[in-house]
Amino acid sequence: MIRVENLVKSFGSFTAVSDVSFEVAEGEIFAFLGPNGAGKTTTIKMLTTLLKPTSGAIELDGLDPQKQQNEARKRFGIVFQDPSLDGELTAWENMEVHGVLYHVPHKIRRQRAEELLKLFELWERRKDQVKKFSGGMKRRLEIARGFLHTPKILFLDEPTLGLDPQSRNQLWTHVKRVNESERVTVFLTTHYMDEADRVAHRIGVIDHGKLVAQGTPQAIKEQTGTESLEEAFLKLTGSTIRDESAGSADQMRQFAKMWSGGRR
Amino acid sequence: MSAIYILWLRELKRYVRSRTQIVASLGQPMLYLLVLGFGLGPVFQRAGNGSYFQFMAPGVIGMTVLFSSIFSGLGLLWDRQFGFLKETLVAPVPRLQIMIGRTLGGATVSIVQGLLVTTVCVIAGFRPVDFATVPLAMVFMVLIAIVFAALGVAIGSSLQDMQGFQLIMNFMVLPIFFLSGALFPLAGLPKALQIATAVDPLSYGIDGMRTVLLGRSHFGAMTDLIVLSAVGAVLLVIGAQRFSKIEI
Repeated sequence: MIRVENLVKSFGSFTAVSDVSFEVAEGEIFAFLGPNGAGKTTTIKMLTTLLKPTSGAIELDGLDPQKQQNEARKRFGIVFQDPSLDGELTAWENMEVHGVLYHVPHKIRRQRAEELLKLFELWERRKDQVKKFSGGMKRRLEIARGFLHTPKILFLDEPTLGLDPQSRNQLWTHVKRVNESERVTVFLTTHYMDEADRVAHRIGVIDHGKLVAQGTPQAIKEQTGTESLEEAFLKLTGSTIRDESAGSADQMRQFAKMWSGGRR
Repeated sequence: MSAIYILWLRELKRYVRSRTQIVASLGQPMLYLLVLGFGLGPVFQRAGNGSYFQFMAPGVIGMTVLFSSIFSGLGLLWDRQFGFLKETLVAPVPRLQIMIGRTLGGATVSIVQGLLVTTVCVIAGFRPVDFATVPLAMVFMVLIAIVFAALGVAIGSSLQDMQGFQLIMNFMVLPIFFLSGALFPLAGLPKALQIATAVDPLSYGIDGMRTVLLGRSHFGAMTDLIVLSAVGAVLLVIGAQRFSKIEI
């Protein structure tokens, strides 16, 4: 369903993703793991048409997301790592906008939006502007929104970041359900190794832009001779802490904080 | 089509919800209109140009539409920062539609804003030659709004963050306003200023409004209409092109 060959992305002299190749089969749950700044989000951005690869080939359901952007976009849904809601709109309106943009028919849109908002316990607050929500609630809304349409491929970029255990549990149950009942292929990233171990069929570990291991959780543990995925991960990627340089988006967010109370 | 509609609607909802912003954005036009309008009035009158307040009202309306539409286009930067832009960019909708939805939304908001200021002008004593020409003036408002909303989107698509905002404000938006003949008659200017005012698209918008509202014209309403439509079309194409190239 997803095929990536010799994918490279460099920003000036910095190579964020270097010669990465992998395949994800239809109906598979694939976890993409790596320390901060390893190239996970950059890879997802290239897969979802937000960034152009420097070189290499990508195939989504047989389509090239560079050349057939719109067709490719019809195939996937995504929950972003950082916020992507409109704070001025209410929770319900955010769901509506998403549903319309993804061509979900009116009736199904309403029905599913209601189900999902109830599932993620936001139904009571659906008429409130999102800017009044807590971090966890916003996160839950992003996830609920991601499930509004049923894509062939679902990208989840650190979906559980900032979620409480209840919501996390809810999320993974739901992911497994759509994966099993609707054969949705799932491509996820996370820093919680236990989650990856529990949910993913296969795992790829990326570090410094390079894919360092690939296989089932079991195989990776065996390959590194470790008991848990966490240990395997540390063995593969070392124990030094990584820094991500702040991108322009982060700088702007700081700027916005200074001017909070500003218009958007 | 539904994508264009929902994005247009979003802009409107955001506008209606930001009440403080609506009030705040009326402040500057009021200042120009009331202080300059009445302050420079006697001098203008003595120079034999008639009522400055009457003369300036279309200019202030044009200014309001200019600011409001260009900022709505630059609102793209805020959406980039708060992430909502991504949500629209990965949606299975041609980016052209997304751009059109945003631009029309921004243009609509600025027309509403322009009408608000028009109302205030009338309350403060502005009298068009004939109130029946107000719909004609609206045609020019719409054109101004589209031209500058598209320009805003084109610039917003090319910038990464708000750093360049001041630059654009000081070297683009304000010159467009000051060189548009909003504040002074375009006739009998020094050569350099004459050229500068003639390449400023807003000049044609304000001249158009002045022509239909007051019956005094510099370029002629037909020229105004043609220039604005042509510039609008070009900027829409550029804006759409820049927008489709956005990477995050």
